[in-house]
This record gives sequence, C-alpha cells and structure tokens, in this order.
Amino acid sequence: MAQITLKNLAHSYLPQPKGEGDYALKEMDHIWQNGGAYALLGSSGCGKTTLLNIISGLLRPSQGRVLFGDTDVTDAETAARNIAQVFQFPVVYDTMTVRDNLAFPLRNRGMEASYIKARVDQIAAMIGMEAMLDRKARGLTADAKQKISLGRGMVRQDVNAILFDEPLTVIDPHMKWELRTQLKQLHREFGHTMIYVTHDQTEALTFADKVVVMYDGRVVQMGTPEELFETPAHTFVGYFIGSPGMNLLPATVQGNRATVAGTEIPLAANYTPPRGRVQIGIRPEYATLTAGRGLPFTLRRVEDVGRHRIIRGEVAGQPVNVIAPEGMAVGTDLTHVSFAPDRISVYADDWRVTGGPI
Amino acid sequence: MEKTQNNKAWFLVLPVLVVVAFSAIIPLMTVVNYSVNDTFGNNEFFWAGLEWFEEMVTSDRLHEALGRQILFSAIILAIEVPLGIYIALNMPKKGVWASVCLVLMALPLLIPFNVVGTIWQIFGRVDIGLLGHYLAALGIDYNYTNDPVDAWITVVVMDVWHWTSLIALLCYAGLQSIPNAYYQAARVDQASRWAVFRYIELPKMQGVLLIAVLLRFMDSFMIYTEPFVVTGGGPGNSTTFLSIDLVKMAVGQFDLGPAAAFSIMYFLVILLVSWVFYTVMTNLDKEEGR
Repeated sequence: MAQITLKNLAHSYLPQPKGEGDYALKEMDHIWQNGGAYALLGSSGCGKTTLLNIISGLLRPSQGRVLFGDTDVTDAETAARNIAQVFQFPVVYDTMTVRDNLAFPLRNRGMEASYIKARVDQIAAMIGMEAMLDRKARGLTADAKQKISLGRGMVRQDVNAILFDEPLTVIDPHMKWELRTQLKQLHREFGHTMIYVTHDQTEALTFADKVVVMYDGRVVQMGTPEELFETPAHTFVGYFIGSPGMNLLPATVQGNRATVAGTEIPLAANYTPPRGRVQIGIRPEYATLTAGRGLPFTLRRVEDVGRHRIIRGEVAGQPVNVIAPEGMAVGTDLTHVSFAPDRISVYADDWRVTGGPI
Repeated sequence: MEKTQNNKAWFLVLPVLVVVAFSAIIPLMTVVNYSVNDTFGNNEFFWAGLEWFEEMVTSDRLHEALGRQILFSAIILAIEVPLGIYIALNMPKKGVWASVCLVLMALPLLIPFNVVGTIWQIFGRVDIGLLGHYLAALGIDYNYTNDPVDAWITVVVMDVWHWTSLIALLCYAGLQSIPNAYYQAARVDQASRWAVFRYIELPKMQGVLLIAVLLRFMDSFMIYTEPFVVTGGGPGNSTTFLSIDLVKMAVGQFDLGPAAAFSIMYFLVILLVSWVFYTVMTNLDKEEGR
C-alpha cells in the first residue's frame, strides 16, 4: 500500500495534441493519500476513466509521472503495479467456476492453496455467493457476474489500491446499497486506498471520505461532502452536487454588495470587484420566498418530493430553485426571493472568489 | 401463446422438397441401385444383394485408402488448427495492416482447387519448379514423383498452404469479438500470456474453432482434385485417398457395383462424423445457455 502521486500529469488520445482542447486530461498534480476512500465524481466524458486507467497502468499518460510511494511507476506494466480494478461491465472468466474466478488473481501470484481457499471463502461470504462457488461462471446473471468481478478486485490483500470504475451500474438498487456498505466496511477493515469512479452523487457522497470532482479533464475540487456542498470551488461543483443544484445568477459585485438585474443584495464578505464573468451562487436550501424582500421572483412550478417542496421559478430570466419546507403555503403574495448572505458564493469565470472580512 | 397448427403450411415446403429430390435424392438412389445390382450395360441389372458391400468391407485396397485418408486428415488438422490459431493471435487487430493481412490470408482460399494443384505440381518439379530446383541445388534429394514420403510432404504442405487461412480467418473473427475489458482485467489480475489464451481467447474461439475443424475435416476427408493433379495418387498408391480410389474404381475400371457400395459407405462415414460434431456443438450451446 502506498500513497499515489500524480505529477504534471496530462493525457491526450491523439498522437500529436495541439491545443488544450485535444487533451482528455488537462495537466494536473494530485495526491491520493494512503488508505483514503475517494470518490471520483463527474459527468460522462470528463476523463474519470482515463485517469483511473492511467493509475492502473492500462494507459500510458502523454506527459507527467505516476508515483506509488517514492517509486516511479509511469512505465511499469499493470501487472507490476499490483493494483486491483473493477470495470463498469462484468468481466468473468466464463469457463472457470466462481471459485476459480475469485482465486485467479491469487493463483497468478503463486499464493498457497490453503490461503487461497480461506480467502476465497471469506470474499464469497462478503459478496453473498457461497452457495454458487462451484458453479460455472458462464450463464450467471449480470448481477452475479459483477459481484464476482468485485470479489476478484478485493481478493488480494496486499494491493496498492483498488480502483472501481462505476462498478454498480448493472446491479439492481437494493443490492447496490448492500454492496456499497460492504465496500465501505472493507475499507475500514483493511484500509486499502480506494478510488471509486461514479457519476452518481449519492453514490459518491455515501462511499467516500473525500470526493474529487472532475470537469472537462480537470480536477476542480477535492473535499469532504460537506465542503463540496457548502463551498463549491467551481460552478460545476455547485451545479452537479445537490438536488437541485446551486442557483447561479449573473451579477456585479462591489464590496459587500452584489447587484442582480438592478437589485442590490447584501453579501457576508468584502470583495474587490472580480475580473471576468461574475456570478453569485446560492443553494436552493438557503433561499426563501418572501412577500417583498429580495429579488423579484416569477414562480413557474412547485414539485412535491415528499420531504420538502422544490419551487421552480425565474429571476430576471434565469432559472432559480427554492427549497421550501413541507406544509408551507405557497401563495400569490410570495413574489420575491431572498438569499442568506453568509451562504452566497461569488464566482469569477466559474471559479470561486474568497472575500475579506467586512 | 398457443401455436396455430395449419397443415397447409406443408405445401410451402413442397418446392424445396422437389429441388432436393432432383438434386440429391434421385441421384443418390441411382447409386443405391448400382450398389445392390450387377450390370453389364444395356440397362440390364442382376440382383446382387449386399455382395458388393461385403466385398468392399473386406477389401484390402479400401482399407489402405481409408488408412491413408485418416492419416492425411489427422496430419493436416494437427498442423492447420494450431497454426491457424497462432496466425490469428498474431494478426494486427486494426489499422491498415489488418486489412492487408486479411486480403493476403484470403488469397489462397480464392484459387480454384485444380489451379492450386497445378501451382504445386510445377512448383515442386525438380527440373523447372522453384521449390524442386532449389531443394535439389541445396543437395536435398526431393522428388515427389518417385518418393512416397516426398509426395506426402508435398500434398500436406499444399493443403496447409491452401486452407490454414480459413482457420486463421475464422479464429480471427472470434478473437475480434472479445471486448477489450477482458484483456484489461487479465492485466489487472496479473495473468500470464498463457492464462490469457487459455481462459479468455480459447473459450471465445471455441464456437468458430469447432466449425473450422468440422469444415476442414469434411473437406480433407473428401479431398480429390489437388492431390490428383499433383501426384495422380502416386507414386504407386501412396497418395491414393478415398475419393481418388473411388474414381479409379468407377471410371477407370468401370466397376460400378463395388464403386457404388464404396460411395455409400463413404457418404455414411462423413454423415456420421458430421452428426457427431453437430451434436457436440449443440450440446455446448445448450451448456452456454444454461
């Protein structure tokens, strides 16, 4: 087990990349702490899988180095890196029994038969497949096959890291919960470094201690679920995390005042006027409808999701969502929306700007 | 859902039955007719019963031809199957070279059988053939016209040259259908090259490989044109395979009765082997579907 360091890493699938746009992964420095449970979150095509394949050595980066501890493994073969990876779609060795499938990585390492047996039984119990150990893997359901893939990923105890590439896509929702909990438990028990790629924020937030959000080939923020929620470093994080995501409104910012479509609202910090495209962001959870205070709000739709209600509307032509508690009367008198000043973030060209004390 | 039964549907099968009757069943019946009768021409037939069959079953000549035939099929399968797999594994997976390889591999398959025979007949000749000439120049005593071993080597190499491509191309198609994730998983699992072949590539090729072996077995078991053009069955009878022997008997000696009995047994052997293959294949499919 080791800390994984990415140095000046970038990757392009083109042999001769010209501009920055040709890169699937933009230049980055990143450290994965030993024993951390990370979720790599981002929309499809943002470079999550590319990054994972570079760490496991299935892909050689166009530039930069990959370090396991202090060892440079950039040119090392996947097999030499001693790393486990579970793919999005199940990969099982059809002609082998379930038992042989689980034992395969251990046999390849030349482990002792008694150890292999004990370990395989342990893993089988974890994925709930003890009863099927002596069946051929061929003909099992996609569910069962993916569980075998997961088991095969976790069977080696001495791996440097376990990488999961959206492993629960084909598993049904009930089993998803169970497996995720087991992964989490396994992490606590053995302390492997785990990197879990997903585009599902619930999955990411429940699995990981640290969530890494990627956007357009870049890591835009790494933090605890709480940090991502309260202080998104990039508008993408604000929009991607949360349901519904953060409201973003074009504004001008001066001192501790922001002006949105001619109306001034107070901020909780002091800003020197930022350069570039300026937006303010506020979570729907911190917005309230009022009868006259704040910004003029046009109500479009109310969705009742059970625990609370999502009120969808517009401020100066921009969509704005407000979360209102269940049972609150939404009347025609609520024509304005106000934001909690200490929850407003200011963004310049999509990146968060921190303000000084007032 | 309840299946509708409509016996009128059988009429729709009738045209096919007529075609099959005229193209296969009726010609086959004339052979059956010859096999149980003796004839001296003029359409006069004398009932012979199973006499010809008894004669053929106990005939040393037929036993020898059958032995040679089995040996030949076994040798070419033993060479072509592993070689075909090996070539398929080493062919480029994509890009320009993949297309070039495919075309080159397909070329021998497109050449008519008697042309293949003629190519090798000339190629191997000691006086004017490239192969024969240079082997002689190297001091190797090679002459397929008077040495049975040389004749066998020539016929086997010719068949390998002609047909290995078929197995290679079928295996290649099988290999192409393996998703990349399998190879990636194997690398992550630290599998050896052999393990990748044994547990990923071979299982995926199994289906096409069975078809390839069946095709090559049937074809080689019925081989006629190429060895006939090259060696004419000689020297002596050393490369006289079943079909060459059959033609000698029927057309050369005009022994129509024995030749007909011979044909029928020959046909039944091939039918039997194909049936065994078919059963094995469908059973494998069933296992897969389970």
